[in-house]
Amino acid sequence: MVAIGFSASAEASGDRADRARLLTILLALMLAGAVLLSLAIGAAGTSLWSTLAALARGEEIALADRVILWQIRVPRTLLGIGVGASLAVSGALMQGLFRNPLADPGIVGVGAGAGLGAIAAIVLAGLLPVALADALGYYIVPAAAFLGGWGSTLLLYRVATRAGRTSVAMMLLAGIALGALAGAVSGILVYMANDAQLRDLTFWGLGSLAGATWSKVLTGLPIMLPALIAAPFLARGLNALALGEAAAFHLGIHVQRVKNVAILSVAAATGAAVAMSGGIGFVGIVVPHLLRLASGPDHRHLLVNSALLGAALLLLADIVSRTIIAPSELPIGIVTAVLGAPVFLWILFRQKGALDL
Amino acid sequence: MTLMTDIHPDPSSDPATETGLTARNVGVQLGRKTILDGIDMGAATGQVTCIVGPNGSGKTTLLRALTGEIGHTGTIRLGGRDLSGMAPHELAGMRGVLPQATPLSFPFTVAEVVGLDRPAARDPVPIRHALAEVGLGDYGGRFYQELSGGEQQRVQLARVLLQVRDPSGPDGPRWLFLDEPVSALDIAHQMQVIRIARDHARAGGGVLAVMHDLNLTALFADRVLVLKAGRVLADGPVSQIITAETLSRAYGCDVTVGRHPQTDLPVVLPPPL
Repeated sequence: MVAIGFSASAEASGDRADRARLLTILLALMLAGAVLLSLAIGAAGTSLWSTLAALARGEEIALADRVILWQIRVPRTLLGIGVGASLAVSGALMQGLFRNPLADPGIVGVGAGAGLGAIAAIVLAGLLPVALADALGYYIVPAAAFLGGWGSTLLLYRVATRAGRTSVAMMLLAGIALGALAGAVSGILVYMANDAQLRDLTFWGLGSLAGATWSKVLTGLPIMLPALIAAPFLARGLNALALGEAAAFHLGIHVQRVKNVAILSVAAATGAAVAMSGGIGFVGIVVPHLLRLASGPDHRHLLVNSALLGAALLLLADIVSRTIIAPSELPIGIVTAVLGAPVFLWILFRQKGALDL
Repeated sequence: MTLMTDIHPDPSSDPATETGLTARNVGVQLGRKTILDGIDMGAATGQVTCIVGPNGSGKTTLLRALTGEIGHTGTIRLGGRDLSGMAPHELAGMRGVLPQATPLSFPFTVAEVVGLDRPAARDPVPIRHALAEVGLGDYGGRFYQELSGGEQQRVQLARVLLQVRDPSGPDGPRWLFLDEPVSALDIAHQMQVIRIARDHARAGGGVLAVMHDLNLTALFADRVLVLKAGRVLADGPVSQIITAETLSRAYGCDVTVGRHPQTDLPVVLPPPL
């Protein structure tokens, strides 16, 4: 699927940059292929290949096919692209910010914080003044998830970073505490929920793209897009931060600004992804890691390639989730965990000598 | 108390420091602790200025204040401009900083580290040239994290040299700030790094280095600033500062200062046990 060439001895750096640029093209092609598959394959029983071909030829297509395509598969595919890219870019940004390849919003409690925000919004929305609730509309769940993710990222950074250095142990321990707290408060909120809210919560918590609608797409993407667009502009700062905060400053980086934008972007991308699709794990840690192995840690390539590979992998995982036990659906969070958790363990295994715990 | 007045005139009256580096009444507090207090000093371009002093005397803190990395009271001027009013990228165009040690969080190669953040880093020639200069010409493709501490230090020096030689930067002299640049190196590489920094000064740049080894300081420096307990104890040319009297007072240890048989430079020897 992806060429993962790594060897014990490093190659000339120019080769890695060339490889990263080639990878960008290959990943874009891979994403295009995944989009086609995602549009064509589904539980509806009808394979849409002939429909897509007809559409490409500019012919009329049957009403049923049109509804399946435009009301179900296109929004689902768009949401998959947005969520996959957001999760992978959040992971890459957070790893650059914390200067640690194990930092991932899902692992260090930012996903849980965003989830708490989403649950609170579903359960407590009725307590808001009607005017405010109306004004927020569909945005209330992603907005609350964004705030939850933002708060947790800030707190985590405060706890784990001292004098410009991040302690991995502190980061992971603080993440465990944050995750447990968010989980407990979420549990309390679930007890307070009424039946209608419980149905919403269950639906949301499955970790699925199944609920994709145009309204979800139109609320989620406007929050994800600014973060995804901002990310490549952080590449230079994150590269310099790899040398530490002092060296980054000496190189002319406005360190605090880079940190603020990175934290906001992580919160927006993670918050929107969690609000749209529940907990989908391991994309944020596995995707950047594979890309660093393939073409090096330079964020100028890593962030763009992470977005492409994250989107493509999530679409493929979604295709698996909706076809493997068709006509039922397996929540996509289960698919990514089954595929991602072993890869994560393999990453830990490879790094156990190098990790500074 | 201070020997400064009788060997070094008021830095602001020194014409060389108009293009150089001056500190007036500079203090640094970290938390509630006063690390530096009432520092007056100057360093001119075209020379090497070294900061020495006992452990904990505030050498590195002074360097960090002079590079703009940490906040300070008083006034620091670099190239005629107040440091407090300068943005990070403006400072980066005027000076490069070599820290004592630079750990790296991702597996960048040596060439990638040297070219890190250089917009012109697409061109491998200056990177190869800078690496050759620090004696690491064949190391470009190796992983930085696999090198020894001394090799990493020289890779960082190559990176800083590329930064201070950036042709797209502003006009005016460029400064090298070096925090114990030779402490991790063997004697041959100590000499190599000292030569590179002296060449930078000879070409009209400024060099300010925190130093640990007093004999290397005598070889390296034109001017020496001695710190003790966060204050300036002495400041002047090497021959007036590397003396038994000043150093014994600074370090609280009766050192002997002799003369090198060939160069006539001062040689610092510890007292007998």
